[in-house]
Amino acid sequence: MVMTRLLPLAALFFLGGCSGTWGWYVVNPSTAAGQRNLMFLIDGLYYTIALSVTAILISIFLGLMVALPGLARQRPPRMVNRVYVELVRAVPILVLILWVYYGLPQVADISISVFWAGVLALAISDSAFQAEIFRAGIQSIDRGQHEAAHSISLSYVDKMRFVILPQAIKRILPALGNQLVYMLKMSSLVSVIGMEELTRRANELVVTEYRPLEIYTVLVIEYLVLILVVSAGVRWLEMRMGAADRR
Amino acid sequence: MRDSTHARSTQAAAGRAGGSGTDFISLRHVSKFFGDFRALDDVSLDIGLGQKIVICGPSGSGKSTLIRCINRLETHDSGEIAIDGVRLDDSTAARAVLRNNVGMVFQQFNLFPHLSILENLTLGPVRARGMDQVAARELAEYYLERVKIPEQIEKYPHQLSGGQQQRVAIARALCMEPQIMLFDEPTSALDPEMIAEVLEVIEELAGSGMTMICVTHEMGFAGHVADRMVFMDHGKIVETAPPQDFFSKPKSDRCKTFLQQILRH
Ligand SMILES: Nc1ncnc2c1ncn2[C@@H]1O[C@H](COP(=O)(O)OP(=O)(O)OP(=O)(O)O)[C@@H](O)[C@H]1O
Ligand SMILES: [Mg+2]
Repeated sequence: MVMTRLLPLAALFFLGGCSGTWGWYVVNPSTAAGQRNLMFLIDGLYYTIALSVTAILISIFLGLMVALPGLARQRPPRMVNRVYVELVRAVPILVLILWVYYGLPQVADISISVFWAGVLALAISDSAFQAEIFRAGIQSIDRGQHEAAHSISLSYVDKMRFVILPQAIKRILPALGNQLVYMLKMSSLVSVIGMEELTRRANELVVTEYRPLEIYTVLVIEYLVLILVVSAGVRWLEMRMGAADRR
Repeated sequence: MRDSTHARSTQAAAGRAGGSGTDFISLRHVSKFFGDFRALDDVSLDIGLGQKIVICGPSGSGKSTLIRCINRLETHDSGEIAIDGVRLDDSTAARAVLRNNVGMVFQQFNLFPHLSILENLTLGPVRARGMDQVAARELAEYYLERVKIPEQIEKYPHQLSGGQQQRVAIARALCMEPQIMLFDEPTSALDPEMIAEVLEVIEELAGSGMTMICVTHEMGFAGHVADRMVFMDHGKIVETAPPQDFFSKPKSDRCKTFLQQILRH
């Protein structure tokens, strides 16, 4: 049903590229100007990836640090976990980006680069979700594993590092993959403070070339390819870790 | 290499000779609550070095809770538990005593599924006792030999049968070179044809002078191994006696009924 409506539209879309009202020339790789524009757009990939990967590494670490007190038997650490998760989850990412970039330097009297402001905001925002993922993952591990670790006198850190987390991470890998995809998409928001990633570059090119349809179409394809590749990578990793278990 | 265990045993024995009691493990008026429910009710028990105690009793009577309190998987609410003269609490001294003295084997094995048998066995010695990898491997090989599965060292737990897994779990506990082994229904999760191989290993261990507390309903095994039988009901120790007396002339009615039920099957 949807397909039958979309099909003519898609045909129009590509055929339109040849007609006068469409301007694929802006990104036509066979012309020098088109090639320059295309490279300009694709170069944004570097910052999109750098932002997302740095942010997700930090958010995984933060998330784990927030998840652990959430698993404590006592109430105070559990409250710390709850408050952090609820607060951070309530703030829109875009608002957090603006606040970190424009607000934080005034509060803390520091200067922060666009890149690190973006990383920080993305990481904090994502860490609340990572904390929930880790908490669920760790809770899914059988109590007997904790008890066995205790019975051979492992310290808390050793127990987590060698017994609990390796098993938990294997289970939450699909969720972590989702978060990475989510992060790659959310990094486009950092364009508002001037980060030269994919979306920002597309915006800049539109301003000079007046060809939003073609340029944003390229942008869509860039994200699509990037995320399909990442998804495939995550699936491969899952399979490999799954295989290690069945070895 | 294995001499260290014996050296420590004699040391411990010598250390105690000057002290007040001769009991290696002593429980004094121990109670444990889960909420309002009293899982252990004023339990007192003394166990000498090298003694073997078999605990039995109906389901929910507190057998697991009792031995879990001895290695602090559960913390008791009142009374006192002491091992080798050291009172069990949150102190580092208590932790050291547990680390150096107490091993535990669980009903569900609780092997680490993501680690090979070798890694299961060496993790404790390397991380908790600071042993180097080479020495830890030797130790692991020695104890795997003793539980009669030396050839499985590179495999993963799920590749072994239940009986083999439980023997690995016993070896894992032994690798910490404890003086006391706690067993919580070590054969209850096993298929009948595998029970014998595990009991045989435990019996050999008993023969080597290990102090043991074993929760089990394998009464034949208990008769061979136990110095003393302990019968529990409703969180209390109802009866304790040497196995001959325990089986032939149980004093309490509850114990009689229990034995009749269990021996009928
Ligand atoms: N963590 C817990 N929270 C609440 N109640 C508990 C907990 N652990 C044990 N209990 C209760 O304490 C009582 C004693 O339990 P325990 O496991 O020691 O019994 P058991 O003699 O080992 O029984 P079984 O033969 O079934 O293993 C039971 O009634 C049980 O429901
Ligand atoms: Mg039990």
